[in-house]
Amino acid sequence: MARPIPRNEPVKSLSVSYQGAAASSTWRGLAMGRGGSDLVIAVLLGLAALATLLFGEAYWLLAAQVAITMIFALSVDLLVGFAGIVTLGHAVFFGLGAYAVGIASVQFGWTEPLSALLLAGAVSALLGAATGVLVLRTRGLGQLMLTMAFASLVYEIANRAKPLTGGADGLQGMVVSPVAGLFEFDIFGLTAFVYTLAVLIVVVIFAVLMTRSPYGRSLVGIRENRVRMQAIGTGVQRRLLSIYIVSAALAGIAGALLAQTSQFVGLNVLHFSLSGEILIIVALGGAGRLWGALLGAVVFTLFKDRLSALDPAYWYFWLGLLLAVIVLFAPKGLIGLVDRLLALFRSKEAA
Amino acid sequence: MSAPILETRALQKNFGALTVAQNIDFSLEPGTFEALIGPNGAGKSTFVNLLTGLVQPTSGSVILDGEDVTALSIEARVKRGLVRTFQINTLFNSLTVAENVILALDEFHGQGWRPLPSPSRRRLIRDEAYEILGRLGLDPWGNREVRELPYGRQRLVEIAIALALRPKVLLLDEPAAGIPSTETGTVIEVLENLASNLAVLIIEHDMDLVFRFAQRITVLVQGAVLARGTPDEIANNETVKSVYLGEGIHA
Ligand SMILES: Nc1ncnc2c1ncn2[C@@H]1O[C@H](COP(=O)(O)OP(=O)(O)O)[C@@H](O)[C@H]1O
Ligand SMILES: [Mg+2]
Repeated sequence: MARPIPRNEPVKSLSVSYQGAAASSTWRGLAMGRGGSDLVIAVLLGLAALATLLFGEAYWLLAAQVAITMIFALSVDLLVGFAGIVTLGHAVFFGLGAYAVGIASVQFGWTEPLSALLLAGAVSALLGAATGVLVLRTRGLGQLMLTMAFASLVYEIANRAKPLTGGADGLQGMVVSPVAGLFEFDIFGLTAFVYTLAVLIVVVIFAVLMTRSPYGRSLVGIRENRVRMQAIGTGVQRRLLSIYIVSAALAGIAGALLAQTSQFVGLNVLHFSLSGEILIIVALGGAGRLWGALLGAVVFTLFKDRLSALDPAYWYFWLGLLLAVIVLFAPKGLIGLVDRLLALFRSKEAA
Repeated sequence: MSAPILETRALQKNFGALTVAQNIDFSLEPGTFEALIGPNGAGKSTFVNLLTGLVQPTSGSVILDGEDVTALSIEARVKRGLVRTFQINTLFNSLTVAENVILALDEFHGQGWRPLPSPSRRRLIRDEAYEILGRLGLDPWGNREVRELPYGRQRLVEIAIALALRPKVLLLDEPAAGIPSTETGTVIEVLENLASNLAVLIIEHDMDLVFRFAQRITVLVQGAVLARGTPDEIANNETVKSVYLGEGIHA
């Protein structure tokens, strides 16, 4: 199989143009130092969120969905883009998180949203630990197969466990208490938007710090050269398992947010197509770059929303076209485009 | 003679019908600079792989500082001070030279699990990295990506990474291969100076260098130890002369 995901190999021309910044920015080779693009994207996304909050009443629900997808994309980017673990079954953790808060609410009356989020993260982390031990024994295609296998197993279990999950009809009757006892989930989606945005911000800060930490860099080291990491004394297997668990927990939190904000859980949260979509999002944004994954999630979700509204029957066709264009003309993803634009500006400035 | 820091007992490795390590009894004392020589395909790299755990032996054992480490993982042996370099560069090519060393320093200082950055610690580790690079004359290259360096310099980065791990035993698999022959002497000299407080086993093809610097020499042929001894003993060993050195190779 030929490179399903554009890996993050710094472009020669880029690294040359960044030479000047080299002294101050360590780890630029690890793709964490290209602060320019990151900053631009962060500012743009921040402004977009603010504008939506102030003027985009009609888009609050959509924006909540975007924020949820961003968290999910981050969880996958940490795994795929940073640690180099491949997965086509990450929806299993997203879905499990959604069902965890759904079932907790319907069956056990656990309606407090923040603690339920933590519950979802913990449940998904547990499944991550259990499956990760096996998944990480394999590499490449075998790894891909195993992640898919576990995901379809859980999908089928959720489908059969009708009394608990509602099966194909979905989980009905979910109740979510006001956030912090104050903010009721409203039909405009204001609470949903602000709530998901707040969680997103916490997750982004956590992820950014982590990728800049020795731990985060060791993950990239493992992706780049596993044997060398062992030869400097890294317990590679345990390190990978840890990020697998963290990633599962984040995906679970994202799923839980979807359940809480829509107060419904359907089987689609566990479906294979969701695992595929999230991988596409990460590739679209630029794997191994957190801000790329975030940008990818925004662009993908908005396109999907617009296209499916404009052309409900054929929107997958347009989506495919968009992806083909991106892959052909921006192999390093959208953030790679931003890199190139910035480099262009800089060389103009210098001239 | 002090107790050996590294030993093998009846170490054996077969790849199918091919025996690449044959009943090897080997020992290395602290503070010695020892060479491992032998023709291509003799099993020198495999021996290093067996010592470090990259390859599991068919039978026999590896003892590090009195402890049987045969069943231990690569990283567990590194933690106990058994460190190697590779015959072919295995570096993080898209990282800078300093970053390669910092990665190793982080692991050595147990920072590898630290999920939050710490700028003050970072500075300390950076300084330490540059101190190590300085010893190898690499400090002017610290900020360059490894792949921008000439191959000879890259070989030195291999050694810098190994030094960052503060080895008790350092296994060097042809560290001078790819370094211009005019510079190999300097490299070996640097390495020899390190050997005062650690044990070094070096695989090297340049017999002039080996006989000049090594305190002891082990000759490996077809997976078996043909002879061990001081350079003088090896140079005058009739079997070694006829089987290996005699083939028109210097000494
Ligand atoms: N993984 C392996 N599988 C099969 N044969 C191997 C393997 N590794 C090394 N060999 C063989 O073992 C022999 C010794 O190789 P090596 O240790 O690299 O020799 P040297 O380093 O002395 O040149 C060679 O014949 C090589 O082909
Ligand atoms: Mg060799």
